[in-house]
Amino acid sequence: MTVMSYIQAITTALREEMIRDEKVFILGEDVGVKGGVFRATDGLYEEFGAERVLDTPLAESAIAGVGIGAAMYGMRPVAEMQFADFILPAVNQIISEAAKIRYRSNNDWNVPITIRAPYGGGVHGALYHSQSLESIFANQPGLKIVMPSTPYDAKGLLKAAIRDNDPVLFFEHKRAYRLLKADVPEEDYVLPIGKADIKREGTDITIITYGLCIHFALQAAEKLAEEGIDAHIVDLRTVYPLDKEAIIAAAKKTGKVLLITEDNKEGSIIGEVAAIIAENCLFDLDAPIMRLAGPDVPAMPYSPPMEKFFMVNPDKVEKAMRELAEF
Amino acid sequence: MTINRHDALGLSDADVLEIYRTMLLARKVDERMWLLNRSGKIPFVISCQGQEAAQVGASFALNRQKDYVAPYYRDLGVVLAFGMTAKDLMLSAFAKAEDPNSAGRQMPGHFGQKKNRIITGSSPVTTQIPHAVGVALAGKMEKQDFVSFVTLGEGSSNQGDFHEGLNFAGVHKLPVITMVENNKYAISVPFEKQIASENVSIRAKSYGMFGETIDGTDPLAVYAAIKQARERALNGEGPSLIEAITDRFTAHSSDDDDRTYREKEEVEEAKKKDSIITFANYLRELDVLTNEIEQEFNREIDSIVNEATDYAENAPYAAPEDALKHVYEEM
Amino acid sequence: MAKEKITMPQLGESVTEGTISTWLVEVGDKVKKYDPIAEVLTDKVNAEVPSSFTGTIQQLVAAEGDTIAVGELMCYIETEDGTVADSPAITANNEKIEPVKETASVDQSMKKRYSPAVLRLAQENDLDLLTVTGTGKGGRITRKDIEKILNESSAETIPSQPVLEEPVKHELQTNTVAPDLHQGDIEIPVQGVRKVIAQNMVRSTQEIPHAWMTVEVDVTDLVTYRNKLKASFKQQEGFNLTFFAFFVKAVAQGLKEYPQLNSQWAGHKIIQKKDINLSIAVANNQELFVPVIKNADEKSIKGIAKDIYVLANKARTGTLKADDMKDGTFTVNNTGSFGSIHSMGVINYPQAAILQVESIVKRPVIIKDMFAARDMVNLSLSLDHRILDGLICGRFLARVKEILENMNEATTNIY
Repeated sequence: MTVMSYIQAITTALREEMIRDEKVFILGEDVGVKGGVFRATDGLYEEFGAERVLDTPLAESAIAGVGIGAAMYGMRPVAEMQFADFILPAVNQIISEAAKIRYRSNNDWNVPITIRAPYGGGVHGALYHSQSLESIFANQPGLKIVMPSTPYDAKGLLKAAIRDNDPVLFFEHKRAYRLLKADVPEEDYVLPIGKADIKREGTDITIITYGLCIHFALQAAEKLAEEGIDAHIVDLRTVYPLDKEAIIAAAKKTGKVLLITEDNKEGSIIGEVAAIIAENCLFDLDAPIMRLAGPDVPAMPYSPPMEKFFMVNPDKVEKAMRELAEF
Repeated sequence: MTINRHDALGLSDADVLEIYRTMLLARKVDERMWLLNRSGKIPFVISCQGQEAAQVGASFALNRQKDYVAPYYRDLGVVLAFGMTAKDLMLSAFAKAEDPNSAGRQMPGHFGQKKNRIITGSSPVTTQIPHAVGVALAGKMEKQDFVSFVTLGEGSSNQGDFHEGLNFAGVHKLPVITMVENNKYAISVPFEKQIASENVSIRAKSYGMFGETIDGTDPLAVYAAIKQARERALNGEGPSLIEAITDRFTAHSSDDDDRTYREKEEVEEAKKKDSIITFANYLRELDVLTNEIEQEFNREIDSIVNEATDYAENAPYAAPEDALKHVYEEM
Repeated sequence: MAKEKITMPQLGESVTEGTISTWLVEVGDKVKKYDPIAEVLTDKVNAEVPSSFTGTIQQLVAAEGDTIAVGELMCYIETEDGTVADSPAITANNEKIEPVKETASVDQSMKKRYSPAVLRLAQENDLDLLTVTGTGKGGRITRKDIEKILNESSAETIPSQPVLEEPVKHELQTNTVAPDLHQGDIEIPVQGVRKVIAQNMVRSTQEIPHAWMTVEVDVTDLVTYRNKLKASFKQQEGFNLTFFAFFVKAVAQGLKEYPQLNSQWAGHKIIQKKDINLSIAVANNQELFVPVIKNADEKSIKGIAKDIYVLANKARTGTLKADDMKDGTFTVNNTGSFGSIHSMGVINYPQAAILQVESIVKRPVIIKDMFAARDMVNLSLSLDHRILDGLICGRFLARVKEILENMNEATTNIY
């Protein structure tokens, strides 16, 4: 075990996969000499060379599309979008192409690409460096969307994504990069894509969320435990396709469900989670399904008080959890 | 006195006859599809007619055992040259389970067949350029000696992916050949309302690559241009942008009526340069194409098209619930 | 003079901490606003951190080489008068979330708003939700409240020895009379007592194979005897001499002779109880209680009447204790007090039988081929068919009938 930050876990996973399989290569803006604007690819250019850690032109559709082409050929590209906010020019490539290639070719072609993108707010990134964009891709069968919440999960899931034979969007919370540090095994391991993970066992209320909000919920849970409120916390980890079984089991466990996302509320991932619970758990529900999310404004503002107003944080989570427990 | 131009290109008589035969097959398959559409048997056709010379000429300049192609929806000639059969195409037209492109999932014209290195395509135009660039990148990384060949219409050359893909290829000097089949119309919008520059190939300069505009109705001219482009690519000289000037003899598709936006005479005029006729004339004048061979070709192709049609018409559809298959890898 | 803090700035979007590589100032140094004070190394950048104030460095809190989180204290600086700290007017802490106030316990607005889970559990376990106190907001009954009852009831009602091969699935119990919660009603806080009974009753219906029989008893003499004593007894003792006391006495005597009915089911065995402790049903307007007359066979009719009086009073005032309801071995239910003439009681788990004493009704009876007006009463017995059979119960009822029909001034002393 080594104590690693979330971003070190990412770098480690990339490095180990590049050593393991020479078809793995990285492409994106600033990933090479600079090692990435967040330093996710730090040291990889030196170790693997310019061809396998490819600095590309500033053109997201090409980063995705060229990656898709290479993947169809049989490579294992890991494309980096510098910020999730900038993935939008590549949406046609991701949704019209990557997501549909296996299906449209009747399994003849496939696209084993991983597209990494830092997302999330609370870093003074304003509208275009703070967004959560997973919901845009979360009704596109053919895609998988992974959003790890811990260094351990980040390493195991990124390795799984790279080895997956289908396109995986891998969203990394940029605030988690250096905030979160934890023990990560040095050995090779992969975690299953498509499986949620119970981050805390509890009996009073169920919290289902993902990404950084997991930590807000865990913090709040420890505080509430002192008041006798025992929270059950489930990390979706893969937000598309959802682990329906785990969601149903977690909802049934306490009958009181709080869903949290940093994204804008309407149309977010947790709306679908709520629908799954509503479809399957009516007679186990003891409270209305509760959602905590960002407000329905285009994105979070730069000004610190406004940013804080927008962002989910431990206090807001604690308040919502207490409210649900008391219902 | 007609000069033998194909000798100089290294093409034997048999080669040029095969080029002609492939063009003719493409034309005949296409014509049959229109008949099937107009008799209500298949819902949709999108045509190669008028562009066969560019498609087949280019394909024969490639290594059809190694190179990858990312065709666009009119490229019947390209996919036939790369190993797809008339039967495959008819199965696609009838949307039957055996269709190798998509098992009846995609509309006709959305080609793809991995065993022949035909990269699967979609309907949003120009997305195939980055794919071809990616395949070329992979080939370069893997030190392979193939090129990727990607085609599109001139209207599609206005898309962002055209710019992004070609610029990427140019920066990294990748072995990718882009051929714009300029048939002068993007559905109804003519070239001058699509493109402000004098032609498409002039854009090559801004991507740091070789560019030229050629006569797309002459298979030998196209062959020559693509052959040189392939040599440059394999020599590490980077990508090329070839613009082949062609004509579109049909409406955009079976759902379009081109009489609303272009004069009938314009099409009649274009058909005078129909490569099926002009190239046949060239071959006849050199006595490469004899009456006997021509009759044999026609007989053989008619038989191929008839058999393909009958087979595809009688072939089974995929089971309805097969619609659920192959979203993800099935373990 | 004012003491200000300089904290670790956020030097990059994902940066959460910085390492002070070099202090560029010492304590006592005068610095101007924006003068560099330290070199800070982060994962993303190396930067000189400028002072946010003009003043004198007072204390370097972090040492060179220290890694501190964004927002943590680096050093103190004493600013000159008039220097206004340029911290924003609105600080990030200004929207601290108020602690949630205790919900007033008097709010019962949600008491009858049932969630799907609560409704389902209540239905599956035959639980009367009106008898459950909710701990949720506005008095709402939560799923946890129900689950707690379920857990407790299974813990309370299963004897210490395992008596069943499989755990009982539905331990929920219900009372027979539901409280009426209309405006102005008084709620009696007897949840614990009531709960035990409810648990037993429901368990009883689910677990015990009930069988029933009824006998008709001529109590004309008993009625005459009791009516004669009624007024003087009340005057003397201060409480009523009820018919019910006579019945209880007769049953106690019958049980003494037929102890099979004074027993309990215990899985692989039947336990015959030595003590005859008679549970009696006592109703008030809202609820039904089953307190116990201990050792009823040893008591006089007066003693029994007194017990009934005391227990009924306690029930009415809500002062019954769990002890008052413990250890019953057989139940006598005064259904006659409601005017009932026939009923089928639910055995008070884990007892073996319950006897319903119905209304005494004057009606024509043929005696020696002649009509006579007699005081007649039905005794309806419910029995646990695992423990008891018709034969023994028939004999028991016949014996009780005999005792009752022979109760009169000559044979029976109430003291």
